[in-house]
Amino acid sequence: MRTTRRKFIGTVGASAAAMLVGCKRARKFSGAIVGASAAVGHRLRLGNFPAPSETIDAGVVIVGGGIAGLAAARRLDQLGQRDFLLIELEHQPGGNAASGQNAVSAYPWGAHYVPLPNDESVEVLALFEELGITRGHDANGAPVYDEEFLCADPMERLFDAGRWQEGLLPQIGITADDRRQYEDFFARMESFRSMRGRDDGPAFAIPLDLSSRDAELLALDGKTMAAWMTEQGWNSVPLRWHVDYSCRDDYGAGIEHVSAWAGAHYFASRRGRASNADRDAVVTWPEGNGWLAKKLAAPCATRTRSSGVVFNVEQSDGAVVVDYLDVEREQSVRVKTRGVVCAAPRFVAHRMIRDLPGGNDAVYSPWMVANVTLDQLPSGSGTPLAWDNVARASDSLGYVVATHQNVHPVPRETVITHYWPLDAAVPAEERQRALARTHADWCERVAADLDRVHPGIHSHIRNIDVWVWGHGMIRPVPGFIWGGAREMMQEPHGRIVFAHSDMSGISIFEEAFTRGTQAADALVALIG
Amino acid sequence: MNDRGIRLLLLASVFTIATCGLIYELIASTVASYLLGDSVTQFSTIIGAYLFAMGIGSWLSRYVEKDLLRVFIQVEFLIALFGGSASATLFVLFAHVSSFRVVLYAIVLVIGTLVGLEIPLLLRILEGRLQFKDLISKVFTFDYIGALLASLLFPLVLVPYCGLARSGFLFGILNGAVGLVALWALRGQVRGARALQIQGIVVLALLGAGFAYSERIITWSEASAYNEEVIFAKSTPYQRITITRGGDDLRLYLNNNLQFSSRDEYRYHEALVHPGLARLPNARRVLVLGGGDGLAVREILRYPRIESITLVDLDPSMTRLFSTQEMLTRLNAGALTAPRVHVVNGDAFTWLKDNREVFDFIVADFPDPSNFSIGKLYTTAFYQRARHALAPGGAMVIQCTSPFVARQSFWCIDETLRACGFVTEPYHTLVPSFGEWGFILASLHPLTEEWNFPGGLRFIDAKSVADLSHFPPDMGRVPVQVNRLNNQALVRYFDAEWARYSQQ
Ligand SMILES: Cc1cc2nc3c(=O)[nH]c(=O)nc-3n(C[C@H](O)[C@H](O)[C@H](O)COP(=O)(O)OP(=O)(O)OC[C@H]3O[C@@H](n4cnc5c(N)ncnc54)[C@H](O)[C@@H]3O)c2cc1C
Repeated sequence: MRTTRRKFIGTVGASAAAMLVGCKRARKFSGAIVGASAAVGHRLRLGNFPAPSETIDAGVVIVGGGIAGLAAARRLDQLGQRDFLLIELEHQPGGNAASGQNAVSAYPWGAHYVPLPNDESVEVLALFEELGITRGHDANGAPVYDEEFLCADPMERLFDAGRWQEGLLPQIGITADDRRQYEDFFARMESFRSMRGRDDGPAFAIPLDLSSRDAELLALDGKTMAAWMTEQGWNSVPLRWHVDYSCRDDYGAGIEHVSAWAGAHYFASRRGRASNADRDAVVTWPEGNGWLAKKLAAPCATRTRSSGVVFNVEQSDGAVVVDYLDVEREQSVRVKTRGVVCAAPRFVAHRMIRDLPGGNDAVYSPWMVANVTLDQLPSGSGTPLAWDNVARASDSLGYVVATHQNVHPVPRETVITHYWPLDAAVPAEERQRALARTHADWCERVAADLDRVHPGIHSHIRNIDVWVWGHGMIRPVPGFIWGGAREMMQEPHGRIVFAHSDMSGISIFEEAFTRGTQAADALVALIG
Repeated sequence: MNDRGIRLLLLASVFTIATCGLIYELIASTVASYLLGDSVTQFSTIIGAYLFAMGIGSWLSRYVEKDLLRVFIQVEFLIALFGGSASATLFVLFAHVSSFRVVLYAIVLVIGTLVGLEIPLLLRILEGRLQFKDLISKVFTFDYIGALLASLLFPLVLVPYCGLARSGFLFGILNGAVGLVALWALRGQVRGARALQIQGIVVLALLGAGFAYSERIITWSEASAYNEEVIFAKSTPYQRITITRGGDDLRLYLNNNLQFSSRDEYRYHEALVHPGLARLPNARRVLVLGGGDGLAVREILRYPRIESITLVDLDPSMTRLFSTQEMLTRLNAGALTAPRVHVVNGDAFTWLKDNREVFDFIVADFPDPSNFSIGKLYTTAFYQRARHALAPGGAMVIQCTSPFVARQSFWCIDETLRACGFVTEPYHTLVPSFGEWGFILASLHPLTEEWNFPGGLRFIDAKSVADLSHFPPDMGRVPVQVNRLNNQALVRYFDAEWARYSQQ
């Protein structure tokens, strides 16, 4: 048909043009590197803040407005402790669940979905009910989800051998042995899922502190996922690719880096139920978990100080002072308070609270996230566009389509969120490199990565915004989760209690939310 | 150029003019029968009108007293312009004007008149250069040979290889070239030759552009994909709309999928509307989702008690086409411009979310669930929203693809409705151009078994309606999944079933 031929010629022309341009000079894309954390982090390290020029009082201070901080705020309200101040470094709360918005769509800057919460994630289930994500239960006690929040089908596709296939487990060109190993691996994960340890705790729970302490299971935390897989005879290349991909997706680091316990947790901890969806369903929104962050942030909007960098927390005789820089005024404020929920990452806590015992040796995975505005939906041969689109040959994790949940048919424009865990070298080195790159450098990488699966997509890019997460998420390296470090992190420090997903060793919504809620409970118990 | 050369040149133009003249006539007749059907009537009335207009032209030629050559050349340019662009203009206007016939005959009359001027003027130009008997015999010989050539070229070469729009432009260009060549050869004898030359070049440039662009006006490669003639084709942001005609049968295709054939659409639309609406004696307000062709609305308008009908269709091009184009408004009886009807262009899903009104009867007449984006309009999430828009005691009917070809798909829709708390009444009927077709009536409480049909129905009556709900074993219920946004089970069934069917 002629129209298609014309289109074809158009695409070929566009890619040829892109190649020509590519030979000469990379195209310039509009957009910017956004997010304040990198520059502020640097300043925190140097410590050059003005002395406080103003002093105020607050019953409680929450440091950090990520999911943990926001959960703490919600619980303080529930407990009647309404006098609090939430101080957040970025210009809006949300932390790793922050989001943005342009004329085309809202989009996530980090966290973009939550799987169906397990029955033991009671705090999260209560929140879901409160927000209308679930509406009651069926006769079996399974929550009934509002289906417009469940990720619409098709959910995932993988670009492999020149074609898009459904799902993220490679299916093209696999051998009988690969298939046998797939079955074997997933059968083991299935048995872990229902397994209980000798203490009768579930082998892998969420929140993970509810997991069994059975030594045999905890032993998995002593080795890398890669080593354990080798021990088990799981050497199938596509299987290892899939598991590696999954670990990078959740932990920002692959099977060579994360512990086998963490790796198994990814596959074996999910027992969430829904009356009207399969177990592997997830909830998501155009702005990802930014939707949840906004809902949580709304009730405490007037008690929130955004663009506020806490740089000092000190206590003496039962009184605590929190010093923060009001970035807009370039002035420091001292807050006198009775107690603090420190919901900032642990490495930041060490910089703010100088007498905090323990080492500052947790490993963090750096990430780059780009939101790419396109004037056309990406397509490709094989399975049609899905929510999550992954290329097997790429170092990135692929992209998530922000407009996927739109019920409106045929959107012509979209925003795709491109995820890239920077795990090729050791984190410190990657972090340094990442922060040194310019907007143009990132655009070139992102566009080249997309162009490999969508030749010519170059010419459909309208804008690229980039966020570099220097300390994106805690990395569950062997020994971190069950080696005792986390127990130390959970200890209150005088009138300061801690709440952050770092204390779980895995960075997921449920952990952050539960930590925040529990910290608020602990603080109220502490200060009465 | 010597006199002999000029004579030859003028005779050559007689030949070209004759060919072009007949081609325009054939093009106009063919376009008219493509667009309006009934080719015998179209051919004979167009040819009649054309010949009559030629008579007017010949008669008018007497009023040309001086500057014969100049007038002749100008007439050539005008014919080139009108004749050359006629078919493209007709195709484009067809979708946008309400009285297409007026435009059609106006164009035919203009071209005919101009063509009628040509030969008398030429005869007079050649008058002094040839003996009378020679003149008459040569001019008419070339005229008739030109006509023969045209009548052979048209069906054998032009229509199949060039298409109507392009052939028109091509012959317009030839016509204009005749004028320019004559101008060049006789430039010494024509007043204001330069200005004329510029006119000629502008006309040729316009026609050239038309020729290059006409492929977009009507895609002939597309026409060959259909058995019938494509009389309208347009890509909107949402879909490709194609209307074809074969004899008196008008067909609408959306993205190459047949939506109706005018021969039997009444069966489909009567079956869609009346088994449900005839049972709702208190129904006043109706909502139609999809159905931008206005044919379901036409059926609903048969009930005087209905006070308002809201039609929500995504594509403004569709509703505009079916509110203005004469042939289509005849088919839907002007439904979309009826006072009781309110047309909204928007996405049904989004519209339902913001809607606060309730309706006694809802018609969901969407295209088949052949992709994920349409599949969403058949999900639990969608039906739950529709449920909120349904008055207590109201009912909703859904077009549900073919229970014969896509049996799982059909029962999947039923299962989905039941999962949303609806009581369902599946039924089906034969629509010859589609095959066995299915519908589901959904309500919150069982409906009465009493039908009160309006007058004027051709298919549904009290006797036939009862038979519709009997499903023979090969279309009977099968166990299927509920269709949800997060599994799109229906699109998967549909895809597999139609693929299997079209392989056979
Ligand atoms: C790229 C990426 C993708 C992710 N995707 C998912 C996902 O899809 N699903 C999922 O469940 N999880 C995902 N996560 C994990 C995500 O980190 C957690 O779900 C959760 O959002 C963590 O919340 P938190 O409150 O524990 O930490 P954070 O989000 O780190 O919150 C800490 C907050 O403290 C603020 N802060 C830091 N220092 C200071 C200071 N000095 N003064 C004031 N404020 C300060 C920070 O700005 C931040 O807002 C993702 C993480 C990343 C990086």
